[in-house]
Amino acid sequence: MDALIRKYEKKLIQAGLAEAEGPGRPIVGGLDYTLSWNRKGWETKELEPVFSAMAINSLVFFQPAPPYDKIIAYLAKEALTKNLPIQPEDCETRTFLHDLPVIPGFSTPDIITALKRRKCVIISDTGQNLPDAPKGPAIVAHGTVSPEQGFVVGSSVAFACFVKFFSDYLNHLQCGTAPPDMHGVYDELAPWLTGMAMPIPDLVKGPIQSEERVYEAMIQAGAKTVEYGLVDSYFGNISFCRDNILYISQTGSSLDELAGCIDPVPLDGSSSAGLTASSELTAHLETIARTGADAILHGHPRFSVILSMDCDPKKKQVCRFSTRCHTHCPKKREVLGVPIVPGEVGTGPTGLCNTLPLAFERNKDAAIVYGHGLFTLGRGDFTQAFATLLTVENRCRAHYVDCVTKLRQ
Amino acid sequence: MHGWTGHILHINLTRHDYHVASLEPDLYHRFIGGKGLGGYFLRRAGNLDWNHPDMPICLFTGPLTATIAPTSGRLHLVSRSPLTGCVGDASVGGKLSTQLKRAGWDGVVITGKSPYPVGIEIREKEIRFIRCDHLRGKDTREVYRTVAPKKAGLACIGPAAENGVKFASITADNHHSAGRTGLGLSFAAKNLKYLLAEGSGKVRIKDLPGLKEAREEVIRLTAASPALMGQYGFTCLGTGAVYDLMDNRRMMPTDNFRATRFEPASKLNAAAFAAAYSPKKYGCKGCHILCKKIGTRNKPGAAMPEFETMSHFTALINSKDMDLVVEANDLCNRLGMDTISAAATLACRREITGADYTGRQVLSLLSDMAMDRGEGRNLKLGAAEYARRLGRPETAMAVKNLELPAYDPRGAYGMALAYALSTRGGCHLRAYPISHEIFRKPVATDRFSFSGKARIIKIAEDLNAVVDSLVACKFTFFAAGLEEYAKAFTAVTGIPSSAQDLLAAGERIYFNERIINHTYGYGADADDLPVRFFTEPGSGGNRISIPPLDRAAFLDTRKTYYHIRGLDTDGTPLPEKRKELGLD
Ligand SMILES: [Zn+2]
Repeated sequence: MDALIRKYEKKLIQAGLAEAEGPGRPIVGGLDYTLSWNRKGWETKELEPVFSAMAINSLVFFQPAPPYDKIIAYLAKEALTKNLPIQPEDCETRTFLHDLPVIPGFSTPDIITALKRRKCVIISDTGQNLPDAPKGPAIVAHGTVSPEQGFVVGSSVAFACFVKFFSDYLNHLQCGTAPPDMHGVYDELAPWLTGMAMPIPDLVKGPIQSEERVYEAMIQAGAKTVEYGLVDSYFGNISFCRDNILYISQTGSSLDELAGCIDPVPLDGSSSAGLTASSELTAHLETIARTGADAILHGHPRFSVILSMDCDPKKKQVCRFSTRCHTHCPKKREVLGVPIVPGEVGTGPTGLCNTLPLAFERNKDAAIVYGHGLFTLGRGDFTQAFATLLTVENRCRAHYVDCVTKLRQ
Repeated sequence: MHGWTGHILHINLTRHDYHVASLEPDLYHRFIGGKGLGGYFLRRAGNLDWNHPDMPICLFTGPLTATIAPTSGRLHLVSRSPLTGCVGDASVGGKLSTQLKRAGWDGVVITGKSPYPVGIEIREKEIRFIRCDHLRGKDTREVYRTVAPKKAGLACIGPAAENGVKFASITADNHHSAGRTGLGLSFAAKNLKYLLAEGSGKVRIKDLPGLKEAREEVIRLTAASPALMGQYGFTCLGTGAVYDLMDNRRMMPTDNFRATRFEPASKLNAAAFAAAYSPKKYGCKGCHILCKKIGTRNKPGAAMPEFETMSHFTALINSKDMDLVVEANDLCNRLGMDTISAAATLACRREITGADYTGRQVLSLLSDMAMDRGEGRNLKLGAAEYARRLGRPETAMAVKNLELPAYDPRGAYGMALAYALSTRGGCHLRAYPISHEIFRKPVATDRFSFSGKARIIKIAEDLNAVVDSLVACKFTFFAAGLEEYAKAFTAVTGIPSSAQDLLAAGERIYFNERIINHTYGYGADADDLPVRFFTEPGSGGNRISIPPLDRAAFLDTRKTYYHIRGLDTDGTPLPEKRKELGLD
């Protein structure tokens, strides 16, 4: 348990979700026979009763690092004013978290009440009832199996809030309804919108001759996708097809820890080893069959996701699918030439396995699933797939900033 | 009341009469339904033998039964197990549960012993006792054909139960089994051949829009689950989809658990069965996953074997014969006995005799068990008693006399703990650690480590106790959680409940079983695994090593579990925990 506690503390820091030092350093607790924490702090005493009040085995608490601190503070305050939870529209929240409850200050009973229902709770301002505590928002999330759950949820919350803030802002500007303080927050976040000048990394070059090389190429491309910030927590998936076998990352595997987490799935259906493969296995298989590509990379780059949900408010108002964009959007949409399709995670009737493969038929090597993420294709190796993922996201970010600048003038 | 009907049918088979009782609403809240209410009535019966006329057989629906809550079409049966002597319970699919609830009953508690074979027919509020000497000795399919339930749900026993097979099952609607712990024999002890229910009522639901929302959330999550709805998942290939995984993870019980790798496995997987039998989807009433498969070719109409049956009738007894698996499965279902226990007992015999089986021999031994003939007289007692009688008790791969299913505990340490601690004996479903140790849900855990597993198993037991009480299907919980089901429960019953509130009820339900087993005389000695797992390695390879389990680490983790569960070091329920859970 201690090893897991340390591992997920480190991951929270590496993901840029929390500070490595000082009072913002995350708190991770794990309970088996006894309760242990990665560090002691004023929070641990307050959080201990959560373990006795609930059947859980782990807890993650962190005060989000910039830019999430400002974003979450803004959304939490807004939610409290409306007396509603934060309701992000992205696919991940919709599927796994439903909504994000908010409490005004650090109160152990309030935390317990919220966590009894949901996987996480957002504290609007920890300083509110504890004058000695650091100011600003915090996220608390629990697990019944491993601190990994708290990490994943915390990271998804940060992602969902990021996407929600910038989506909402764009929408407000389009409708002329932006609250004054939202401009201020946006301006403060500007430094995070200047784009990454990161070069396309050197990846394993095709043709890939052996199974071992396939694993190596996938592990490397996965790690780079995380390093470049093109996914939140570990969501995303990756596959490569060679000799009639599709090698694909396992469900819930961490793109930066793919060793031992890749399933070989024979294309002839002779084995069900794909049972633990990514939930997008069918979409990958279909895409490969339709396009002839052999590499697929899927991440959740933020601005691609944000722009995928951008729809002319006037048109949306009269659209009869306006509450079901994520599954039923009837329009052929694109952003910067990249097709956008509706679709939910997996293989249900409204699953993205039905829409994504068709999107590539428009002779594209990238497609965005509404409110979810970007899929890119490569041939022979992952170089092109990675380059496309990075370029599309960079262009989406720049485009977003342009739109905002124009709308604000 | 919403969700529950508020009516429990108490049947006395000695007198062929019945009365209707209601419980305090508080008891419904505390025990929910299904396994919970069944356990409540079992404990009230006190320390009686499994075949004592006053020993009840409890059949319970749950508050979600016959609503649109996903996978809520199961029935839970509880009595004292003839095979294990512990709490015996099993969940069964089909439509019986839905029909019983729609007839207006939360459950049925059956006591007494009929002087002659009888069938109970419940149609709405009308209860009839049908004398059925003509059905004695008839297999479950003949019973189904003769009784011809049409729209009604039907549970019945076959000759195995009538002839004293300790692992006799109950067959519902021809294709579904309450397989484990021998509850078919409990039916037979009461001279009860079948139970039929038919109803047309509707469950009162407090908040239908809320329930619809919860339903959508669950369906969305299952669609996102590769294990359930993926193209290699249960919906397409049935539970047999697990076969390749067990092979790949090197934890397929082989040669009576003397090895964990079966060479020919890749030729005997779900894909091979699908190619040979072209199965179509089939499932419980109201289910969207439809994990059961019925063959359309080769042996049309035959139920495809579940994963456990596939594995045990191949690797465990060293057979490469796919048709034998289907035939043995069909035979067990018709005779009315548990395939896991039957195959495991044959595997035990194979280790003792040292001789391989022919297909014909397997089928004739299965018939001998059910007909109480020849060697069958010993085999029908289950692996533990069989091995004891032959002076080789160490060859019985069972916990509390319940034969182990098809996951080798050396390949998943949570499973080792789950087997040892399960209140009904060697069962994988009580804590279902396969979910995180193999399927990576909700997140993956290290399958070769005991670290943290004590609490994980405890919480999972509580969770699954809730699932069996609501009632819902365990498979759904690879994807959804109590968060979504608490929403469904709240919407149906109008009782605001969080996931954690339900877990607290789950803890009560499970602890109640621990108390019952303690009353029956079971403690720490029974919470253990066969010695083999601590002394012999499995079949490593493919960069995976399968060493024997570390005995000290196992005992240490068990001790931690006792502490967390509220038991003393002998596994005895602590008075303060009883009090805390209101179980005094
Ligand atoms: Zn995704």
